[in-house]
Amino acid sequence: MPNQGLGYWGVPLALFAGAISNSTPFLFVSLGETLTERSGRINLGQEGTLVMGAMAGFGVSYLTAQHMPAIGDSLGPWFGVLGAGVAGALLGMLHAWLCSQPRVNDIAVGIGIMIFGTGLAFYLGKPLIEPTAPQLPAVNLGWWSQSEQVRAALRINWLFFIGVALAPLISWWLKNTRWGLILRTAGESVDATRAMGYSVNTIRFFATTAGAFLAGIGGSFLSLYYPGSWNEGLSSGQGLMAVALVIFARWNPITCLFAALLFGGAKALGPALQSIQVTRGHYLFDAAPYFLTLLIMIATCSGSKNLAGAPEELGRSMG
Amino acid sequence: MTEIRSRPTLVFQAKRLIPSAFIDAMIITIVSMVISLLIFGLFVTFSKGISMWSVYEYLFRGAVGKSSAWRNTMIHASPLLLTALAVALPARVGMVIIGGEGCVLLGALMAALVAHLMPSAPPLVVQISMIISGMFIGGVWVTIAGALKQYRGVNETISSLLLNYIARAILNHCVEGPMRDWNNLNVPSSWPLDPTVMFGKIPGTEVHVGLIFGIVACIMAWILMDHTTTGFATRVVGGNVRAARVAGLSVAKYSLLACFLGGAAAGLAGVIEVAARDGAASDNLSQAGYGYAGILVAFVARQNPLAIIPVALLMGGVNNDYLKFKLDSDSCVQVFQGILFLVILGLDTWAGRLSELRHAWFSRLISRVIYNVRPKRAAAGDANA
Repeated sequence: MPNQGLGYWGVPLALFAGAISNSTPFLFVSLGETLTERSGRINLGQEGTLVMGAMAGFGVSYLTAQHMPAIGDSLGPWFGVLGAGVAGALLGMLHAWLCSQPRVNDIAVGIGIMIFGTGLAFYLGKPLIEPTAPQLPAVNLGWWSQSEQVRAALRINWLFFIGVALAPLISWWLKNTRWGLILRTAGESVDATRAMGYSVNTIRFFATTAGAFLAGIGGSFLSLYYPGSWNEGLSSGQGLMAVALVIFARWNPITCLFAALLFGGAKALGPALQSIQVTRGHYLFDAAPYFLTLLIMIATCSGSKNLAGAPEELGRSMG
Repeated sequence: MTEIRSRPTLVFQAKRLIPSAFIDAMIITIVSMVISLLIFGLFVTFSKGISMWSVYEYLFRGAVGKSSAWRNTMIHASPLLLTALAVALPARVGMVIIGGEGCVLLGALMAALVAHLMPSAPPLVVQISMIISGMFIGGVWVTIAGALKQYRGVNETISSLLLNYIARAILNHCVEGPMRDWNNLNVPSSWPLDPTVMFGKIPGTEVHVGLIFGIVACIMAWILMDHTTTGFATRVVGGNVRAARVAGLSVAKYSLLACFLGGAAAGLAGVIEVAARDGAASDNLSQAGYGYAGILVAFVARQNPLAIIPVALLMGGVNNDYLKFKLDSDSCVQVFQGILFLVILGLDTWAGRLSELRHAWFSRLISRVIYNVRPKRAAAGDANA
């Protein structure tokens, strides 16, 4: 067993490594969803966007390696990340366009995008189940350690750092820039936005597209980082958990970062216990993030009043 | 028809029988089917190089081409009737609940458990116990999501979807651990049901009785929702919570009732899948994704329990193995479902407008063809039915 040397210390180490590694998709989706929801619209289709991003990222990376062997290994994965973002953004545009029609319910469209996005990704991704694609590089922060486990745990992917940098950036952008203010206005009051002379639908269109772009990038992590393959069970609800995470994080990008780490840790619980031969009931341990999400939602929501920090217009559609 | 209205014409009677809202809904549904088929055909043409017309041919032949195709259509439609109710009933109180999948899985697990615990009971007793316990667990499962919404304000769409994943984990845990049938080493599955307690076929056909259960459940749901005071109260709660409170209706009671009934229907679907088809509970059931397809059926049927029956048959036909085989893709059906879902929602914007545009030439043509009436009389009663 790989963890023989560390014994039970392997569990917290695996949890730490898992929290960092698993949190990356949560982080990107929740940052994107924060943008979207701050503009007053909820995109439940992020689950579909995430799966679509995973497929597109893997496909682009694979094709780059096939057709441009010279740069495939180094740049291919980054093209994949970009491709995943674009694929996600396209789904986001579809969501935004449908929701901009009068009388169209954004929750229902989100469910539609979820079904469509996953179906499309499975359909187009069928030939990608077999091959391998070049993977995203990682930063080795564990060079000082003798232990293989510690070094593995401190091998941290680049996308995580990008996500960590994005969180304060988005927070600053929302608070301190003109466009951030306009976006927040659309989320707080449709009337005020109209009075300022802006189109609510246009603002939400860009917010949803940007949000889905980030979610697509989060998806590319699923297929382009360890273990790094594309299959149909890749996401299994992570996009949706990230949407719930935004509520928990009170629509604050910085809090999203910590919430994503918490969820990543919960997701690592099952594998961490397996590494010390606790295999009974591993399906139940694997379900820990779903329980956690549900419990957090129960604990943080309130039956009587709107949540603190919730965009005013969003409160209306979420009841 | 009272005495005062002398000589009601045939046209007038037809008008009463077929309300204009129904015509609008029909038009929109048919138009969206056509648009989705076009998009899907073009999509397959571009992605696989198979011509559109052969796609439609595969679809048609696989759905209704032979008697075995008809049978498959019916068998696939049967769980959809029930899982669609799991969406449509809570929708009546204004809740978007998509937790039918979890109820199906838990209902299936319950059926296997009950059948195992009653090895010597008469088959009929076992069957009834399976149905009751499966419906109960399904009802409770959706009621959790409903209650969280009522008492804690938790978004019911997200919580019900999370409950689906939790139900799947419970199913997988049980069929790979405590309930595993170690004689079957291919697929992890629960103890098999005794052949004597399996549900039979509809006499004279190859279709199991689950289809009848589904159709009866839809009709009962329709009667309950559209023709009883309970159903009326439920719709008031769904229409305007404040008005319902003023009228002294218990919002929580009717909301949870709708959730429970919807979940019970989906739980029944799980029982039927185990007791009429598979003979044991396993993860195969979640691969089939009946719960998610039921969401689409309910939305296409505009949450009307009676309309679910034809829509479920249609979707059962779309989900055919011939098409999947010819396109070499299991997920092509999901792509079509996704397209149809989005088109239906996109056309929602027309659902209300169409009756407002009654005086436009399109509707004028329709009313002339169907009702044979001049459009000048105002359709006051049914303007926004």
